[in-house]
Amino acid sequence: MRPSLLVSGAASRIDGPLLFLRRTLNVGLNHAVSVHGGDGRTRLGRIAAIDEEFLTVELLESGAGLALADTVVRFHLEPLHFGLSTGILGRVFDGVGRVIDGGPPIPIHRSFQIDGLPLNPVARARPHDFIETGISAVDLMNSLVRGQKLPIFSGGGLPHDRLAVQIANHARLRGAESQDFAIVFAGIGVPHASADYFRRSFEASGVLERAALFLNLASDSSTQRLLTPRFALTAAEYLAFVEGKHVLVILTDMTNYCEALREVSGAKGDVPGRKGFPGYLYSDLATLYERAGCLHGLAGTLTQLSILTMPSDDIGHPIPDLTGYITEGQIVLSRELDRAGIYPPISVLPSLSRLMKDGIGRGSTDTDHPALASQLYAAYAKATQARVLASVVGEEGLLEIDRKYLAFGAGFEQELVSQTSARTLEASMEIGWRLLRALPKVELSRLSDAQIAQYIEAQR
Amino acid sequence: MSVAHISWISGPVLRARALGPFRLREAVHVGSRGLLGEVIRIQGDEIVAQVYEDTTGLRPGVAVTGSGFLLGITLGPALLGRIFDGLLRPRADASTHYVEPGMKAEAPLEFDFTPRLRAGEYARGGSVLGEVVNHAGTRQSCLVPPDAEGEVLTIQAPGRYPDNLPLSTLRAVDGSSRAIAMSHFWPVREPRPVAKWLPSDEPLVTGQRILDSLFPVALGGKAAIPGGFGTGKTVLLEALAKSCSADVIVYVGCGERGNEMAGVLDEFPRLADPRTGRPLMERTVIIANTSNMPVAAREASIYSAVTVAEYFRDQGLQVALLVDSTSRWAEALREVSVRFGELPSEGGYPPYLSSRIAEFYERAAKVTTLAGSTGSVTVLGSISPPSGDFSEPVTSHTKRQVRSFWALDVKRAQSRFFPAINPLQSYSEDSLDLESWWAKVYADLPPDGPAAGDEWLALRRRFLTLLDEQARLERMARIIGKDALPARQQLILFCAELVNEGFLRQSAFSETDLYCGPQRQARMMRSLARFIEEAEAALARGVSYEAIAAMAIVRPLERMGEDITESNVQAFADLAQRMDSEFAGLTPSPGAKREA
Ligand SMILES: Nc1ncnc2c1ncn2[C@@H]1O[C@H](COP(=O)(O)OP(=O)(O)OP(=O)(O)O)[C@@H](O)[C@H]1O
Ligand SMILES: [Mg+2]
Repeated sequence: MRPSLLVSGAASRIDGPLLFLRRTLNVGLNHAVSVHGGDGRTRLGRIAAIDEEFLTVELLESGAGLALADTVVRFHLEPLHFGLSTGILGRVFDGVGRVIDGGPPIPIHRSFQIDGLPLNPVARARPHDFIETGISAVDLMNSLVRGQKLPIFSGGGLPHDRLAVQIANHARLRGAESQDFAIVFAGIGVPHASADYFRRSFEASGVLERAALFLNLASDSSTQRLLTPRFALTAAEYLAFVEGKHVLVILTDMTNYCEALREVSGAKGDVPGRKGFPGYLYSDLATLYERAGCLHGLAGTLTQLSILTMPSDDIGHPIPDLTGYITEGQIVLSRELDRAGIYPPISVLPSLSRLMKDGIGRGSTDTDHPALASQLYAAYAKATQARVLASVVGEEGLLEIDRKYLAFGAGFEQELVSQTSARTLEASMEIGWRLLRALPKVELSRLSDAQIAQYIEAQR
Repeated sequence: MSVAHISWISGPVLRARALGPFRLREAVHVGSRGLLGEVIRIQGDEIVAQVYEDTTGLRPGVAVTGSGFLLGITLGPALLGRIFDGLLRPRADASTHYVEPGMKAEAPLEFDFTPRLRAGEYARGGSVLGEVVNHAGTRQSCLVPPDAEGEVLTIQAPGRYPDNLPLSTLRAVDGSSRAIAMSHFWPVREPRPVAKWLPSDEPLVTGQRILDSLFPVALGGKAAIPGGFGTGKTVLLEALAKSCSADVIVYVGCGERGNEMAGVLDEFPRLADPRTGRPLMERTVIIANTSNMPVAAREASIYSAVTVAEYFRDQGLQVALLVDSTSRWAEALREVSVRFGELPSEGGYPPYLSSRIAEFYERAAKVTTLAGSTGSVTVLGSISPPSGDFSEPVTSHTKRQVRSFWALDVKRAQSRFFPAINPLQSYSEDSLDLESWWAKVYADLPPDGPAAGDEWLALRRRFLTLLDEQARLERMARIIGKDALPARQQLILFCAELVNEGFLRQSAFSETDLYCGPQRQARMMRSLARFIEEAEAALARGVSYEAIAAMAIVRPLERMGEDITESNVQAFADLAQRMDSEFAGLTPSPGAKREA
């Protein structure tokens, strides 16, 4: 532990999450403080601005209960750090990295600043290892690779938790044994039941001892939510880049994070932007999402699978919008498919994996995988167009070919997207080819003559 | 050097009490690590500065030292083939996994220098001081700085020298003398002077059909690429960086993803420049300021980049400056402006957003350089509008500055139709100026019917009208049903779809189709136009729409881009022949009404 200094009686004003202190000590910007109230509680904070007379402390936990007179501030003289070792695996922490499972404290091997430093782009290695998740709409249509940040855009009441657990439990390199992997889970403002669902699922599949859980529950301080993903990502970076593990980070629910940010920035008096979110939401989210990837010369990787619920199912809302601008694609869940009983209810058209092209095709999955995915996309897009047309003019008003597309669309959703158990990529591809066989050859312009001969005509 | 002491700090912005004079836009160094910053406001004895690095740990009392120079960069032979941050500090060292604040400028590099001036000669700004061969083996000129001139008093013999070592002394008419090295300093916010602006009658050939043939950009032109997330801005810019006809590419990752930079760094050294066969990286300068790097440096990065581009332009080269994304730059401007308390205007942006955008795009031009050669900077910038809504401030202000507008469309992107450029929302004001250039391309093809001077413009208009009609008919079909459309209109829909699939679609990941040269574009356009013409004629003589739609020729037409390689000229002649004979074989169906 670095030395720290205690100061009492310096507080001069409390305004929302901001605590103003007379500047009796020469401390630096962004340094951490612990604020002890007369109520016996301790809150973390950081120095957000300094002038010659005053320090502005941004409280990262609720300020309720603080008074001016009896507040004592401990200055840590450095930014917030998190002490780590592999001892964090199998353990449960609160949203600010304190053990809450009743076990002993974590032995500290190394300590890291929770904000992390930006990765040098030159040091990044291009992610390209295909991860099989067992889910056709992901593996075949939106493949995930190691080191990618691929969020799930969901909505209240949709089965995103189940999907995330399924991916976490099944994810593996093709043909490989289970490797040195670890899971870091951060529950950000989630209900107790949801956090418990993850814990039980990890327990049932036997991965709990390889997982570190960080829980900021819905009932916990909302300002603390700004710290939870940072503690979790610091732990994940340690496991990946110091301990050499393949780490999957699940952050849920990023919407709660953004709302906490809006709350704090509003209280600070920042100029509100779209929907009241601060103008720096993009940069702030980037400091979290960009903490994923692979590095030259290091064995470990960090893959992010965050979950966010789109307010009013609106993908144009600032939270999913800015997230999509930072992450390497998104898996979008659809209420309509869910209502139709399709699981996983992945809406394929707005979903995207940008790193897919580096992880699939010749030498990695199957030479014809890219063309098949592209053709399925094109055909399914036409199917949805035909559906729109049919809903207006009725099926009778359609041309023969549009009716074929209607049937294709239904088959695509019910046979390819929908699944009850995990599928290999080969099984997913076989379904894809089968569905395409129902379309006339002239429609298959994304397939080469050779592909048509081999997969379509030879088996018609 | 003047010194000031910090009196207030928050995030990347500080105020400091100055003990000596500072200039607006002067570069400053902050604290013991010498963090780089810039003076953005002066008020009495107080200066306001933005800091380009992480300010953690700074506090009141810390010294801010003026550099005496405006924020600027050093331009010289050490740029090509390398990656820099937003202030042109090299990022090359992969052994440091993280970006640490307080990065120092690099030690000078050495180059083999051959003088091109002689003692006694009179050297003007921009003239060639000498030539060097850079680390990649490319020959480059070293220029006398634009603001220097005079009689050459001394100049070094050929040899190997550090790039910052004075190699020559000039004496100006006023008697003052100035030492000149291979590299020189230039303030980033100041456009480098030119002798003359030139009109452009030549395109930047991008190798993308929808751009070159429908919405071209001239050398020295300016284009904007707006589009929501995942619509293909980055992939398009990367495709242009790989295959466009520029001599030098300056690629700026401005507030975008680290992995994208890693991708470029991984790929470019292995790919060959289609024109020279040398590794692509050798004609490329990368400036990376990813979204998680300090935000103020993001604001500066596009100025560093355009200054680098102008420097190569001044050597008589054609430069393409690709910026991904200008929205992130504008947001950085907004973030800093809010921090020092400016009143926000539209969308929270500062009121000077539109003039800053205009100033930036104004630096794109085709020019006669000070040394008398012709050079150009073509600027292509992507825009990331919130929710993909083009009415927001950055898009609408940019739209007034650029001459080519390539609007990306979410619907197209979702059906994986790439490039997802919407032909009805996009435009190019350069197209008329480029007609004579295209006329030469078409003149080189074997004649196809009566020679027409403006064949390209005519085909272009034909395609655009067809796409327009398609949109209109599809709206109609949504009311009355597709089967209620007369055969002629169904044929229009069919042909428009063929133009989309066979011409506009072009995968950036296809080896054959990543690049499509002007000749191949012209041949493809002609093939499709021929089909459309013959199909209309067939319909008019009573052939049914269904018979035309079922023709075997349709599939090879749709796959021309993938299946016919750049050099396979014969394939187009074969295609035309096959087309003619298939059409000749179509017989009027007895039931079909003849359409006049
Ligand atoms: N020309 C193209 N050819 C083939 N695929 C493409 C093309 N353009 C885009 N894509 C596909 O679309 C995906 C998204 O493209 P890209 O990353 O360029 O989007 P973007 O507009 O830059 O998004 P953002 O604003 O979030 O950065 C790519 O990963 C790729 O799969
Ligand atoms: Mg992009």
